[in-house]
Amino acid sequence: MIVAIASGKGGTGKTTVAANLINSLSGMNIQAVDCDVEEPNLHLFLEPEITYKRESTVLVPEIDKEKCSFCGKCSEVCSFNALTVLKTDVLVFPELCHSCGACSSLCPEGAIKEIKRSIGQVERGKTGKVPFIHGIINPGEAFVPPLIRDLKKEIDRTKDVIIDAPPGTSCPVVETIDDCDFVLLVTEPTPFGLNDLRLAVEMCKKLNLPAGIVVNRWGIGNADVIDYANEEGIPVLLKIPFSEDFARLYARGQLITDEYPEWKERFSCLWADIRRAVEE
Amino acid sequence: MKELLIISGKGGTGKTSITGAFAALTNNKVIVDCDVDASNLHLLLDAEEKERHEFYGGKIPVINQEKCVRCGKCQEFCRFSAIENFQVVSHSCEGCLACYHLCPVGAIEVRDRLSGHWFVSDTPYGPLVHARLGVAEENSGKLVSRVRKAAREIAETNGFQMIITDGPPGIGCPVISSLSGVDLALVVTEPTISGIHDLKRVLQVTRHFDIQAMVCINKYDIDLETASQIEQFCQKQGIEVAGRLDFDADITKAMVEGKNIITAYPDSKLAHQIFMLWERVSAKINN
Repeated sequence: MIVAIASGKGGTGKTTVAANLINSLSGMNIQAVDCDVEEPNLHLFLEPEITYKRESTVLVPEIDKEKCSFCGKCSEVCSFNALTVLKTDVLVFPELCHSCGACSSLCPEGAIKEIKRSIGQVERGKTGKVPFIHGIINPGEAFVPPLIRDLKKEIDRTKDVIIDAPPGTSCPVVETIDDCDFVLLVTEPTPFGLNDLRLAVEMCKKLNLPAGIVVNRWGIGNADVIDYANEEGIPVLLKIPFSEDFARLYARGQLITDEYPEWKERFSCLWADIRRAVEE
Repeated sequence: MKELLIISGKGGTGKTSITGAFAALTNNKVIVDCDVDASNLHLLLDAEEKERHEFYGGKIPVINQEKCVRCGKCQEFCRFSAIENFQVVSHSCEGCLACYHLCPVGAIEVRDRLSGHWFVSDTPYGPLVHARLGVAEENSGKLVSRVRKAAREIAETNGFQMIITDGPPGIGCPVISSLSGVDLALVVTEPTISGIHDLKRVLQVTRHFDIQAMVCINKYDIDLETASQIEQFCQKQGIEVAGRLDFDADITKAMVEGKNIITAYPDSKLAHQIFMLWERVSAKINN
């Protein structure tokens, strides 16, 4: 079973929930994955020992000027303005390239080959007995989904997988949650939380993924998110109360489930609820 | 004309709340929400929508089922697994149109892809330009550019000297699109281990694009030790800490009331701290 922890709004507590859930299930056959490759944080809480690192690469075109006839076909078929053909030169803008392969396939002279360009790293390790993987995009790189796609190749589908997703509802999140079995949406009981939760729920519906909600910092704001969840028929599976103590633990990279072991039981129940929902 | 962008790296540090407050502290400016994914600023500014525009971010192929001979070439080639059962899966499609070019029988048509909408709203604090990217859509960077362009046009028409922009979280394409050409990036962080980690990464991005940056440490009193680490880090990097804001439940109270903190609780300690932050930021940007 693959469960993604997403949100819509940033800073609601995805990583908090992911880390504490993983810590509560550490005796089970699970894998921890951090797909927030722009700002990965899960490792700060789980402190994995990293045992393997590799570059994550995308393919970009390289033009063989000897073979090139400067016909301009490559530039014509490129939807991203990554190629400009001049009288006797071709300019490639690798940072705009989406690695679709159109130019190299369609070049009538066979003058284009694809070469690798690094956009970040994929790292593997273990946190206690739990295998851990995450990706780190190079600051300055605009396109994030290719690294997430690459990272997801390391997912072990023989295990139960918990994925910490990025915030938002656009392409990095869609890439992350696309083939998951369940999306756990973490929200906060505020107008911003609700506004973005609606978008996140819409995203799950569009992708035909079952969802459940965790309300974090319960006690601030109001109860509108609960009313919304009831209207939509989405189960609220856990409420984590607002607590300055919890905030302080988070600030220091510590886990609620280590400091307050009774919370391990609550997160284990959350997991059981998710499994039941997926099996239905 | 000056452009100020408020970003964070880490989500949830307080960008929108601070941008909303800034909107109440100065006149003759355009307010922009570039968090097109999950836009919230309008919820603090009593916004009344005046204009609504469609945004076409790119193209999408459509397979004509009658012309399709089911050779499977498109499906085999597509690098994004965006064709299944000879139909385009729109949330996976990147709009490269390789399939359109490769189809041996010309069975693929190209359509403009409606990716979202952008809006101009009236607020008591000036015009607000914001947007809503369609759920699971791509091209957030392009929508950000469109929003910024509209804001610049409004500023020019009205003789406004300032554009204040609420940026998206992260460091990917919508952030990069928000950053280009701004005069100052105010990075809002929080004194947590995640906050400091993400601050370092977002400052690498501002440096990469050669954008001047200042830092604001929000919710300062959650963890004074980590706050101090941030101060030391900024000092070493030669980056000015423009403001230190205490955690204050008033900010959420104001949000629930649909207001920014300055309008809702102008005499609060936090309002005063944000006012001082604004003084430092506007001094720097107008320098």
